[in-house]
Amino acid sequence: MYDGGKIIPGLIIFLLIITYPFYTNIGKPVAEIKPDLKTPEIERLEVKECVEPKAFMRAEHMKLLNEWRDSAVRDGNRVYINSKGKNYQISLQKTCLRCHSNRDKFCKVCHTYAGVKPYCWNCHFAKQEGKG
Amino acid sequence: MLEKALSGSRRYWTWIIILLILIGIGFINYLRQFKLGLGITGMSRDVSWGFYISQFTFLVGVAASAVMLVIPYYLHNYKKFSKIVILGEFLAVASVTMCLLFIFVDMGQPMRILNVILHPTPNSILFWDALVLNGYLFLNIVIGWATLHAEKKGIPPAPWVKPLIYISIPWAISIHTVTAFLYAGLPGRHFWLTAIMAARFLASAFASGPALLLIVALLVRKYTKFDPGREPIQAVGKIVTYAMITNVFFFLLEIFTAFYSNIPGHKHSFEYLFAGYEGYGKLVPLMWLSIILAIISLILLINPGTRKNEKTLVIAALAVFFSLWIDKGFGLVIGGFIPNPFETVTEYWPTLPETFITIGVWAIGFLILTILYKVVISVRESIGNLEAEH
Amino acid sequence: MSLDRREFLKLTGLFGLGIGVSGVNLLLRSRVDAREFVTPSGSLIAKRWAMVVDIRKFRTAEDYKRVIDACHSIHNVPDFGNKKDEVKWIWTEEFEHAFPGQQNRYLPEWVIEKPFLLLCNHCDHPPCVRVCPTKATFKRKDGIVMQDPHRCIGCRFCMAACPYGSRSFNWRDPRPFIKKRNPEYPTRQIGVVEKCTFCAERLAQGLEPACVEKSNGAIIFGDLADPNSEVRRVLSNHYTIRRKPELGTQPSVFYIIGGEENA
Repeated sequence: MYDGGKIIPGLIIFLLIITYPFYTNIGKPVAEIKPDLKTPEIERLEVKECVEPKAFMRAEHMKLLNEWRDSAVRDGNRVYINSKGKNYQISLQKTCLRCHSNRDKFCKVCHTYAGVKPYCWNCHFAKQEGKG
Repeated sequence: MLEKALSGSRRYWTWIIILLILIGIGFINYLRQFKLGLGITGMSRDVSWGFYISQFTFLVGVAASAVMLVIPYYLHNYKKFSKIVILGEFLAVASVTMCLLFIFVDMGQPMRILNVILHPTPNSILFWDALVLNGYLFLNIVIGWATLHAEKKGIPPAPWVKPLIYISIPWAISIHTVTAFLYAGLPGRHFWLTAIMAARFLASAFASGPALLLIVALLVRKYTKFDPGREPIQAVGKIVTYAMITNVFFFLLEIFTAFYSNIPGHKHSFEYLFAGYEGYGKLVPLMWLSIILAIISLILLINPGTRKNEKTLVIAALAVFFSLWIDKGFGLVIGGFIPNPFETVTEYWPTLPETFITIGVWAIGFLILTILYKVVISVRESIGNLEAEH
Repeated sequence: MSLDRREFLKLTGLFGLGIGVSGVNLLLRSRVDAREFVTPSGSLIAKRWAMVVDIRKFRTAEDYKRVIDACHSIHNVPDFGNKKDEVKWIWTEEFEHAFPGQQNRYLPEWVIEKPFLLLCNHCDHPPCVRVCPTKATFKRKDGIVMQDPHRCIGCRFCMAACPYGSRSFNWRDPRPFIKKRNPEYPTRQIGVVEKCTFCAERLAQGLEPACVEKSNGAIIFGDLADPNSEVRRVLSNHYTIRRKPELGTQPSVFYIIGGEENA
């Protein structure tokens, strides 16, 4: 191999750098993420359920929100009939964030953990922002 | 072959470092624009495209002009272009890259730029422009690289290169036609709504692009061992002459239609650019400079004595380039927005951050051009050395 | 281990199939059965929404302000306080600027001086929709030209294409410039285009557009395709004009200028 003396140490350094997150985190406890479901609005609900089952919402809420968005803005269909046949108004602010009025303790907890920064709140108001 | 760009003289590295500094300054300013929005530019609700899009428009022309070397060499077997045709192709690569970057820095939401592919919309000219520009970039990289590689090895290029070269000819015309259609198909923008737009674009492209090439070729001769030769440069000079005459002719056609028909909407932008409109005339001095440069260039180009003299020829080429840069890289886009749809005037002038970003993109273009030309020249020099040894 | 060509191809095929199956699986996993998206009951529906602005009925500056403020406050339209960054959905211009080319200096003084209310024309053939490279702006079946700010890449081609200057761009973050926030409606963010939507969100709730509601009958809104609608009645009883009809965009905003009663 030409320049083996440069290539092999180079490759080793490269591997060390890209695996940095793995070996620095070995053995450390996994951070717990607990989105807070206790808001006054949810407490007041008789049946505490979201627009779809919890497991689905946890895994797929972003896809559902995308569908909601396209349906409301593009097709003008602003009512969602869920898998149980129940109707909901399609609105991030008026439906989702009405119950989940604690963005920072609910949405942001997971988003921070997962390192994602959805731009929803660039435009849509979280409950506490709406005033003033 | 790219490794040849890694060894060079002190002058070469100084130039590279200057470009890198300019790119760095541009990038820092871009980060600011990314965070604060396009509000840091001089653009406004009324003049909603500015320096970025006009640079893009101008550079599409420079890119398309490679065809003016490809046609004589490959279609008419004009052998004297054999040494410089690749300079044209690589100039196209650098220019198209700048075009794409200028579109990118002009986006309000650059992170969503792939929406153009995710939601393809054939009725939008911008969709087609994205397609043809990327295609043209690809074609020129492949063609340039393949022919240079073959030249290095001393063999003819692979047989699949020829069809690509033939495709690249109409493709070059298409990039500038499509770019003209961005403007020429908009109702209510009288300045742009002209059937001659694409033709005018091409004429100015075939003048400004070869003019730049001519200047660069003379620089190459001055600072390297590679000499493009006197005759090819004279031939490029003739191309510039014809194209510049055609361009000025087309411009006069526009003036005639606007002013003889006496339709107010068609006259307004010309009035704004060259005389001032309702008391506004920020661009008037610049536009007249463009006209004066055009006249100087025509005098020097048409007169055989000054055209054949390389010293005056290079002055003519500089005059053509800057005249057309003002005309297309400034006046054409800005002028179309003034007056606005309410026939009132909001003027435009680029801000400092906007200028730095623009310079940064140009610097990226020149960096690409320098690296590609360095490779070409190093290959040529090593071939020359081999031949000298034999 | 050595593979011959045939075995290698087989394995590659199986591998590809596996990826395909898991891909399909991923797609299916997200499905929840029996879901539907429907139009809200009680929403206002039309085949072709249109508007008639009866400029005779705008008498005082307050008449204009009430209408404009209603729109801009409901939709969180920012006020930057300068012309360069300006965002507006509905605004006024004098006759010569609203209808350039139609003015003449012998017009009655009140026509020359009267402000005209301008907004998006929701054209039948909208040039903005034609040029948009991402379908971020599109025409709904009921004729409303909508803007999807989620999809907009901010290329501003639509602003160059609109012959009516109806579109605004968010040159800066609009939020600090919204005087009073309406928590029921989103704002926009940096780098997207916005404009009047004929209050699509209010129509879905069975409400007329905000400007119509606040105009005290000076703006009439309805279905152009319905011969019995009020807009059609008004259009057949009055001479109306539209902005730049020669461009073939077919605006659906009409203006009654009137005359005698103002003379």
